[in-house]
Formats: sequence, structure tokens, C-alpha cells
Amino acid sequence: MSAKEEILSRITSALRDAPTPGPVPREYRTVSDMPEAELIELLVDRLEDYKAHVDVVEAADLSATIAERLKDASSFVVPHGIDGTWLADAAPAGDARRRIDAPGAVLGVAELDGTDAVLTSSAVSIAESGTIVLDGSGDQGRRAISLVPDHHVCVVPVSSIVRLLPEAMQRMDITRPLTWISGPSATSDIELERVEGVHGPRQLDVIIAKGL
Amino acid sequence: MSNVFMGMPTLPVFGDGNLHIEEPFPAAAHRELGNTQMRANLRHATHTIRDKRLKVVAELPDWEQLRDAGSATKNHVMANLPALLEEFETNFTARGGIIHWARDAQEANQIVADLIREQDTTEVVKVKSMATQEIGLNEYLEEQGISAFETDLAELIVQLGHDKPSHILVPAIHKNRTEVRDIFLAEMPNVDPNLTDEPRLLAMAAREHLRRKFLSAKVAVSGANFALADSGTLAVVESEGNGRMCLTLPETLITVMGIEKLLPTKDDLEVFMQLLPRSSTGERMNPYTSLWTGVTEGDGPQNVHLVLLDNGRTAALADKYGRTALNCIRCSACMNVCPVYERTGGHAYGSTYPGPIGAILTPLLTGIKSEENSTLPYASSLCGACYDACPVKINIPEILVHLRGEDVDSKRGEKKLPSQMDLMMKGGAWAFSSGKHLGLLEKGLPLGKLAGGRDKKIKRLPGIAAGWTQSRDIPAPPSQSFRDWWKKDHEPVAPINEQEKLTK
Repeated sequence: MSAKEEILSRITSALRDAPTPGPVPREYRTVSDMPEAELIELLVDRLEDYKAHVDVVEAADLSATIAERLKDASSFVVPHGIDGTWLADAAPAGDARRRIDAPGAVLGVAELDGTDAVLTSSAVSIAESGTIVLDGSGDQGRRAISLVPDHHVCVVPVSSIVRLLPEAMQRMDITRPLTWISGPSATSDIELERVEGVHGPRQLDVIIAKGL
Repeated sequence: MSNVFMGMPTLPVFGDGNLHIEEPFPAAAHRELGNTQMRANLRHATHTIRDKRLKVVAELPDWEQLRDAGSATKNHVMANLPALLEEFETNFTARGGIIHWARDAQEANQIVADLIREQDTTEVVKVKSMATQEIGLNEYLEEQGISAFETDLAELIVQLGHDKPSHILVPAIHKNRTEVRDIFLAEMPNVDPNLTDEPRLLAMAAREHLRRKFLSAKVAVSGANFALADSGTLAVVESEGNGRMCLTLPETLITVMGIEKLLPTKDDLEVFMQLLPRSSTGERMNPYTSLWTGVTEGDGPQNVHLVLLDNGRTAALADKYGRTALNCIRCSACMNVCPVYERTGGHAYGSTYPGPIGAILTPLLTGIKSEENSTLPYASSLCGACYDACPVKINIPEILVHLRGEDVDSKRGEKKLPSQMDLMMKGGAWAFSSGKHLGLLEKGLPLGKLAGGRDKKIKRLPGIAAGWTQSRDIPAPPSQSFRDWWKKDHEPVAPINEQEKLTK
């Protein structure tokens, strides 16, 4: 008997006297109706609690804010699908600081390690827990680019913010490679006190963009 | 394969690995209690986390509804495990992942070692995983000439300190910041000799130490927190980014996961991703959660394996009172609130799984008769704090009592002569069966007073009752019983049937 057959047979035998469980009650909150201004306020509060830096800007000011956040980076990586207009101020055409990661033209791990920052968009954000979800779309890139550089600048379009995790799940394609980010990398391993900054990006700047 | 049970019931097959305790819990606890530094560290850490957990749990108006959904979902998973496992395998495989099944620790270890050797490497990076701790993977790989580098900060502290984990979430919880600094100074190559004990600087030292390993590793080994049957998705929940490093950069990823970790759909994940972070680190959400479904072309490992582990889980499932222990999501809330754990620490439990959940899970996985594991269900005052804290409502006190019964039953008939416990119970039954018997016994009370001596305390009881006086004195009994005192001090009252006659 193969290991699989044997394990399945053990389970079936173990369950022979098991009662049929009742239905799963789903009385928890799955929908909400929070006005946009309050959603933004809640998300900002949660992200700042995690020690992320947060800007809330109009779409027209996005490019200038990105430039401000990236001004100290001697180099930064962007995924191939990023909106070019976002970079109008930070990296006008031909700027040597900008490195593009694209399918077929990926940056090596060493190159990413030698890059100061990364700029991505995001797929959906959960205000109640301060969580930003990246799903590997063209404007977010493959997982390595938002991981290896030490400084992550992440744009959150206001239209992608929801209050509750169940609302966010409805917007996620679960089979994509997903990364849920709630603040910069942190640890509670020493005396169960949280300190920010271990292996992931130690600096997380979030730019919440209205009108997007 | 049909889910309907047709054949003869098979005997439960128990697990092995780092689950068998060699020293009875009372003896180990007695030794650990002598470590006052560790007790101070644990008290500080568990109280910090308790307060944080209560605060973030209180924020959610639907916390109890989430617990109800979580508990019912897990019961549903266990009842439908064969079908869900098959569904998961189909979906994970369709997406380019490869599934391996392991009956026990030895088989799982061999599978992982063979997969590593296929990649022509002798080094792997590891994300913290209870399953690989349980099967003793690191020790096995070392025997095979393969070095496994733990990348979680607390696991790194334990590994560098040649120590053992004492908590499932924070394995180095028994060490304070100064002790961590001393371990780093002694064991970490190229560490700054001026390193202070500030946690932020200690975390940065760990970053420097592991950076090159992450960037060059060809193979990573992980556990998994959840697996979604209807999509074939795996999830790892973490804080530091070491998980993301391991799950993203190496070409080959080998995940070891217990068969009980499945959830039916992503709708279930939304419940557990609210329950788990708040219960474990007391955060609204952990810093990083990674989800992957087989292989994604051009993103992350292209060679993705999953080892599905039994190792006694089917035996636990066969225990109709104990099977809900498999609902555990390894949050560690139960140990953080446990008065016994807070004082003895995790090492006293001698198993990969300490604390209240460990006291039931360990003997369920190995069988109550294995080595000294029968002592674990007694490592509790049955106060119920663990049950209150458990996000999936595992009734730990009830299972503890059930396992104590199993222990007593398993020992019955082993010896020809009745045990002290049997004799005491028999004696008790006789004494309380009639007032005359009890009165006869009470005549012996002055003798007990004599045993108390001048300070009226008995410091040592004989036989198995000695356990009582191991850590406390018993006041000497009074010279007369309550019943004697009542008789002397009160007018005789007619028996009840006499009274009835009078009222008629």
C-alpha cells in the first residue's frame, strides 16, 4: 500500500464513529459601509501604529510625493507595469537611478540587494488591520523586488481600500502569488516586545492616492 | 478511494520524533522551577503578550462569532479530511507542485533529504516550522551531512545557543535580551563585539548574519499555516521577512505540513487570518503573509514540493474525545495564559509541543503509554484559562481529564496487586458508605493531630499522597470531627421520619 493509500485508510478508520458536524455559522462581519474619509483615516492609523510612514495625496500630487520619498535612494527598482506618469518627477526619462524589472529581463538577486528602494502599486488594502496586499500584477512585480531592497514605497489607490478582511478576500485572486504586508518587517522574538526592522524592508512608505 | 469506512478498523498508528518525554513532568517541572531567571523572563513575556492579545481581541465586535466559525470549520475539515486532501492534491499538482505523503517522522525526513540531495547542495535555509521540529528534521539532516540554517530570530537564538525551543511561537521566550546578546557574542561569526542588548540592534545583527545565506540558498524548507483545498494554495504567516526570503528566492521549496492543516476554501482563510495574528502575537495582523499556489512562472521557486505528514495525527483523530486537539492552529495563546506554563516554562513538557495544548496533543500523537507522556495530562490545574483563550475553542480541560482517565485505565491490570490509588479509592468508598464507618474512622483523628507536631502542620504524607506535601504543608486534623462537635454542642434532633410523624 502506498503511503497515501495507507494514510487515507487510517483517516477513514479513525472517523468511523465520528458524528457529522453541523454547518459552519458565519455570523461574523463580511460587509461594511464606511465612508471613504473614515476608511482612509482608519488605514492611516493602523499603518502608523506599525511604524510605516504614510502620505495621503491627490492623484495630481502623486508623482511629486513619490519623488520626495525616493529622493535619498541612489537607485530604485520598478516593476515593468508601473504607470509611467508616477515617475515623472522621481525619474524623468533616462534617469540612471531607475531599474526596471520585467519578464525576460529580471534583475538578479545581487543586483536587487544593491538597489536601495522599490516602488510598487498594490492590489487591495484592509483598513481595519492595516494590511496591504500585493498580487504580482504588472504594477507590483514579482515577489523578490518588493522584498530584497531595504526601502519599499507602496502606492495604495483609494478605490482599493476596504474595511474588512472578508471584503478584501472577494477582490483577491487566491491563486496568484500573494504577499500581505502589515508594516515594515518586525519581530517580537525578544521578550515578546515588537521591534521593527529584520529581514524584509526596514522602511515602508505608503502613499494613499485619492482619485485612483 | 471511498470515504465510507468499509473494512476492519485498524489500530491507531502513533507518531514518533521529538514527542516522547524522557522525564516525568513533575520531576522536570521541579528542576525548571529552580531557574529563577527563566521564571522572571517568562513572567515578563507572557504578561506582555496577554495584555496585547486582550486589547486587540476587544477591538473586534465579532470575535466570538469568528471563534464559532473557526471551531466549526475545523470540525468540518476533520470530518471530511480524506476528500479535502484529495481535492488539495489535485489542485496543487495541477499548478505544478509535487506532493509526497509521509506516514511518520522517519519517512518525512528521508523524503526531504532526498529532495535536497537532488539539488546538489548541502545547505538549506529554514522558515520556522513546528512540523519539522516535531519530526527532528534538523538533526536528521545533520546526520546526512546537510546543514539546515534556522532563519527565524528566536529559532536562530535557540540554534546558536545549542538550546531547545520552549514555546511554539517564540522558541527563545525563556531567554532575556542580555542572554540573547551573550549568545550572539559567543556564537555568531563576525559579530560586532560592542553589540548591546537593545532588541533592535540584536535584530539587525541577525539580519547581517543571515543576509548572504538568503541570497545564495538553492533550497528552502518551510512549514505551512494553512492549505486551501479548493485552490491548492499554501500560506505561511510570519513577521520578520525571513519567511518571504525562503519562500521567494531559492529555486527549490520543500514544505512539510501536517494533514490537519487544510481549510476547504478561501472563505475560511478570512476567519483564520483574523483569529491567528490576534491570538498569537497580539497584533491586528502579522507583518507578512505569503500565499502560493504550486509554481508561478517567473516568480519564486520553480521546483515546489509538499510533504503531507501523518505522524500520529490519524491516531489523535481516532480518539473521539481528543480529536478536536487537531483543530489547533499553533497560535500559543493557551501557553501564554497558563499558570503552570508560566512557572515551569516549556522545557518541562519535554516535547515539541509544550503548554496546555502540548499536554493533550503530545500524548494523543504518541499514545498515552509512550515513555513518560502519561504524566503530561496532569500538568494542569484545570483552571480553564486555555479554553477561554483558544481561538478555535478547543476544550483543553475536558481532554486533559479524558486523558487522565486513559492513563489510569491503561495502568489497570498491569500489576497483579491493587495500586495505592485503588486501595485509597476502595477505602474512601467504604468510609463514606455509612455514618458508622465514617465515625469509626474519625476516632483516628487525634492520631493525625499528633503527627502534626507542635506547629500543627503535617509536612510529609506517606505513599502517593506525598505528592500533596511535596510543595505545601497540610494542617494537622482537629482533635474532634465536625459530627462529634455537633453532637456535643446541640440538642438532639429527632430523625427526619420522626419529624414527619409529628407534623401529620
